[in-house]
Amino acid sequence: MSLELLVEAVVSGILLGGFYAAVSLGLSVAFGLLDVPHIAHPTLLVVGAYATYALAQLGIDPIAAGFMLMPAFFVIGVGLYRFYHALFERRGGDIALRGLAFFFGIAFIIEVVLILVFGVDQRLVEAAYIGSSVQLAGLQMPSRMLIAFALAGLLTLLLSTYLSRTFTGRAIKAVAQDQTALALMGADPVRIKQSAFGIATATCAIAGALLIIVGPVEPGMGRLYIGGTFCVAVLAGLGSMKGTLLAGLILGITESLVLTSLGTSWAPAVSFGLLLVVLAIRPSGLFGR
Amino acid sequence: MRNWSRFLIGATLSVLLALGLTRFVGNEYFFFATYVVLQFIVLATAWNILGGYGGYVNFGASAFFAVGAYCAVALTQSYALALPLQILAAALVTGLLGFAVGALTLRLRGIYFSIATVAVAVICETVIMNWSFVGGARGTTVLQPAAPAFFSSYTRLLFFVMALLALLAVAFARFVETSWIGRGLRAIRDNEEAAESVGVPTLKLKLFAATASGALMGAAGAPFALYMNFIEPTSAFSLNYSVSALAMPLIGGSANWLGPVIGAILLAGTQQIVTVTISSELNVLIVGLLLVVFVVAAPHGILGLWHKLVARGGQRP
Amino acid sequence: MSAPLLQVGALFKRFGGFTALAAVSFDVPAGQRLGIIGPNGSGKTTLINCICGTLRHDNGSVRLSGVDVSALPTYRRTRLGLARSFQIPRPFYSMSVAQNIAVALEYGVGRRRVHASAARKEGLTVLDRLGLTAKANADVGSLTQVDLRRLELARALATQPRLLILDEVMAGLSSVEVDDMLETLASLNREGITIVMIEHIMRAIMGFSQRVICLDAGSIVADGEPAAVINSAIVQKIYLGG
Repeated sequence: MSLELLVEAVVSGILLGGFYAAVSLGLSVAFGLLDVPHIAHPTLLVVGAYATYALAQLGIDPIAAGFMLMPAFFVIGVGLYRFYHALFERRGGDIALRGLAFFFGIAFIIEVVLILVFGVDQRLVEAAYIGSSVQLAGLQMPSRMLIAFALAGLLTLLLSTYLSRTFTGRAIKAVAQDQTALALMGADPVRIKQSAFGIATATCAIAGALLIIVGPVEPGMGRLYIGGTFCVAVLAGLGSMKGTLLAGLILGITESLVLTSLGTSWAPAVSFGLLLVVLAIRPSGLFGR
Repeated sequence: MRNWSRFLIGATLSVLLALGLTRFVGNEYFFFATYVVLQFIVLATAWNILGGYGGYVNFGASAFFAVGAYCAVALTQSYALALPLQILAAALVTGLLGFAVGALTLRLRGIYFSIATVAVAVICETVIMNWSFVGGARGTTVLQPAAPAFFSSYTRLLFFVMALLALLAVAFARFVETSWIGRGLRAIRDNEEAAESVGVPTLKLKLFAATASGALMGAAGAPFALYMNFIEPTSAFSLNYSVSALAMPLIGGSANWLGPVIGAILLAGTQQIVTVTISSELNVLIVGLLLVVFVVAAPHGILGLWHKLVARGGQRP
Repeated sequence: MSAPLLQVGALFKRFGGFTALAAVSFDVPAGQRLGIIGPNGSGKTTLINCICGTLRHDNGSVRLSGVDVSALPTYRRTRLGLARSFQIPRPFYSMSVAQNIAVALEYGVGRRRVHASAARKEGLTVLDRLGLTAKANADVGSLTQVDLRRLELARALATQPRLLILDEVMAGLSSVEVDDMLETLASLNREGITIVMIEHIMRAIMGFSQRVICLDAGSIVADGEPAAVINSAIVQKIYLGG
């Protein structure tokens, strides 16, 4: 590999990494902080993408659509968590088995509903910034990836500020550490977890918009993103937002390098392979507690 | 012991019945369809050994199934191995695969094992896609050899082989369930830390279950290419296998060896009848909905509902 | 001269930047009744988890009758005679009371092939001791809090321990029930089982223990006769914030 090619691969890897971080932030909250085996997270991303697509058909800019969808996704998230809590967390027993099967089933149903509503064909959106590219320091960079990168940075900053500065944010972090202590402080752990899960789901609106900005989407895409999102969330360590950004970058650069050297037919295996490596070497993540 | 002898008698009768069917049923489609149901009995029973008894969810049954199938294909193409040896080799390889995934993640919490199985499915599929010896993404044709004298067609032979495998799988699951291994796995599913603290060697039992479960899934997949006369990655790694392997035991009832059998007969049976009339998407949607409904409303599956019904009936004078 | 039953040597445990145990050392001779006290978050449960192997300690050693068990998984330590109860009862929910005990009987000593009738008899003895005989076939889900605690203890006993470590086994019990439990524990101790008890109920600690250790912020701050420990300046300061 020539040096030029290498630099190009690394730069596009960094941009891709930002995108991976953006789609994984919600999972970092739901799985990393709240301990919910949220295997349906990637499918919710795809829902975000299709919702963006639907709004874009009405002439709304995809990014604006992503932001507009956030409240609705927040509500969906709250509902989903309440359902999960009432059915599994409160009942006790073998949550691991049934909770996972539950989310798997949900993901599955959503996927088929998407197929029935939108069909199996790929969908994409159009906007001025999607086809264009920017010339920077002699490198051709697609603007859609730059936008994904910028939004990922913004989202990370917002979330980590929220988690460390606001009362609810700190309570969310506390709930991950010690539920009883939080209850003693007078906060209701279930309410806290419910709004945290809402926030996690709301990020799927923006991330979903990014998904369809970056490339065409199809209903079954969620499954492929299980690898990427869980890889990033686990690598990040449980629930660290800055860790998520860094882990995303690591995955993006790795994938970009593998693609440049081995070819695109190996693409799906990269994130999953890295995930296995992480689980084998450092399951507590880079920034684990 | 009396239970075992009853089970043995039932098993022997089933073998004779399967043999008799291959002689006396004329309709070829019957064997074609029943093969699929039997294959799902093996798959669901295998999944249940780790998933139902031990509580560790395998999302990647398709990986074990397809690796088993491709194992058989690769061995036939290079050594022209006989079918029983193909099945054995496939079981060996997927058993090792199960052990490896287990060794990697069974020390961690259950969800890590689940994600790792998804990972294994995607990675294996990618490897096969790029492996031209077995046809890569385009797939490869596998010709059925001439059927041995006793069977009038090769599909009938495959049907009989799969019936034997199903029986073997169910007998093995039943053995595991009623032995100390099953009691240990059940304790693990209920509370792993407590199980370990009363002396259950949790890691060893989980590894055993992961290996056995993987081996049986691979065995279920081994005759797949011969059955289809063709194999290509997308259909061998179809999500349908992963979902069904998990949905069937959960719908039938995962605590008992009979549960996966009931679930497989119901789901796979319906699918065989219905696929012709409704779209495959709708089919998949029904499986997903059933899975969620059962997990939420009937956590012990059909068997659980049945026991409840019987208990209630018994209380009434 | 044989080694003490339990030797904890300079045990360290850190979680990230937080040190939960800092060089904790103590010996427990066979037959002793030891009480461990300390405020919430002082590391009591972490200490138990490290002794039993649920958590791996970062540094130091745990010895049973002189044998270093630091590298052994929990189930091996159980089979060497170390049993514990959990602070929040952790029964096997899908099983009956008798089945819960049966698992412990079958696995606890590392001899799976016990004769079924012998095992059943042993199980009945254990249930009888804890007053659970009438509930042997009950679902665990239907048990009261008291019975859950009794089951927790019964299951630990079924592994036939030499050393029994109890994590707040009396929390939430009425005073009559506490007395019952103390009596049971005392009779177990008379039969030769060494007992280490973590407890917040002072009456139980004072009435039962021959020796008390007080933990604070991951270190032992007092160790000795119950009365002397309770009245020591440092313990008074911790508990009364004086």
